[in-house]
Amino acid sequence: MTPSEIKSVVLEELGNIAPEVDPADIDPGADLRDEFDIDSMDFLNWVTALSQRLEVDIPEADYPKMQTVDDAAAYLAKKAKAA
Amino acid sequence: MAEFRMPSLGADMEAGTLVEWMVEPGDTVARGDVIAVVETQKGAIEIEVFQSGTVEKFLVEIGDTVPVGTPLAFIRGEGEEPTPEGVPEAKPETPKPETPAAQTPTPPAPPSPRPGTVRASPAARRLAADKGIDLSSLTGSGPGGAVVYHDVGKALGAKRKPAKPSSGGLDLDAMREAIATAMARSKREIPHYYLSHTFDIGRAVDWLGGYNEDRPPEERLLMGALLVKTVALALGKYGEFNGFFEDGHFHAADGIHVGTAIAIRGGGLAAPAIHDVDKLPLGELMAKLRDLVARTRAGRLRSSEMTDPTVTVSSLGERGVEALYGVIYPPQVALVGFGRIETRAWAGADGTLSARPVMTATLAADHRVSDGHRGALFLQEIEKRLNDPEAL
Repeated sequence: MTPSEIKSVVLEELGNIAPEVDPADIDPGADLRDEFDIDSMDFLNWVTALSQRLEVDIPEADYPKMQTVDDAAAYLAKKAKAA
Repeated sequence: MAEFRMPSLGADMEAGTLVEWMVEPGDTVARGDVIAVVETQKGAIEIEVFQSGTVEKFLVEIGDTVPVGTPLAFIRGEGEEPTPEGVPEAKPETPKPETPAAQTPTPPAPPSPRPGTVRASPAARRLAADKGIDLSSLTGSGPGGAVVYHDVGKALGAKRKPAKPSSGGLDLDAMREAIATAMARSKREIPHYYLSHTFDIGRAVDWLGGYNEDRPPEERLLMGALLVKTVALALGKYGEFNGFFEDGHFHAADGIHVGTAIAIRGGGLAAPAIHDVDKLPLGELMAKLRDLVARTRAGRLRSSEMTDPTVTVSSLGERGVEALYGVIYPPQVALVGFGRIETRAWAGADGTLSARPVMTATLAADHRVSDGHRGALFLQEIEKRLNDPEAL
């Protein structure tokens, strides 16, 4: 998968959690939890979906690397390549 | 012959709208089976039947709004003789005649799949047959994955629904009104007292990290699951916080069914029950919590989840505040609140200072039923159990 494809997946799965947010309005450098008003259950569901879809492991310790759309996409791109 | 009536799904509910039948006359139902979907201020609720038997006759039409207590259907108990058509058994005084007594004209029944094939509501089957849609090609959004009218309608691109508002969505304004009624009643009738207790939650945090480290995301636990289980276990010892205040006195509940406060996007709030939490292993509790949150946000709860909470637990999580002082949901008698975990300078048992993860638990309780002394012991029991996470 290309980095831009991964970013699409990231945004798509965020859309599943926060359907009322318009992808065009998202600031990819902003803290996700503030932008989307996500709680820990939402975050876990999002991580689960990404982990299953991209077939990579996302340990809890790495959650801080997924705070923004850009960071999450970059982290997952690296993981997907290494997988 | 038993009458299945419109249930009361909350202290504030007065009426409901029948949106869909999930069975048809002749079907056998077991206690706990979903028999119908009813639209209330809190969204579409799946109504469960209280006794086993055979569905005999529907008394209310799809789309009818009827008061709580109105008979919706006749259910023949096991071993009873079927009642001859048009001769209902002696009815006890039934509330108002908003219910049409006439039988709904049924369209010619299409060949319905035998049990074992696609699970679908009768309305869904009829619509699918009419329009030539293969039910097995659809994903069901009803109970147990059953295909409901709404699913067939969506597949058709049709806007028609069996009844008024969202059969599967939420009307947040109506929900807000229901919350307002309940909260106003709570503060009017329940003399609340409040206690708060701050403690080191490091052991639970460490244990949770260790548990989750070796597991894929779908098997991980959230602190919320630990909190709910802890309260349930503590209630085993402090039963005066688990039950209802009705008819002028306290009735201790038989089981521990924890109402979990769930925020809904757009501004709603619900606190549906997870049953017998004290008996659930953490993994199973977490799975139920995930499922409950998803269904609450989709507006698809079951009646027993609305009526059965014996206590409520509320946590605003890591994006919340230091402490949460709740408003008890009548007729319950307690609400346990959890603030967010914060790192603070904390004096250990030996008197030395270090940075520790700390949490504040609060208790809102009905002073007609309990006093501060027992409330304090209850909160300390919660601290004790959270500091022994392996035993949860």
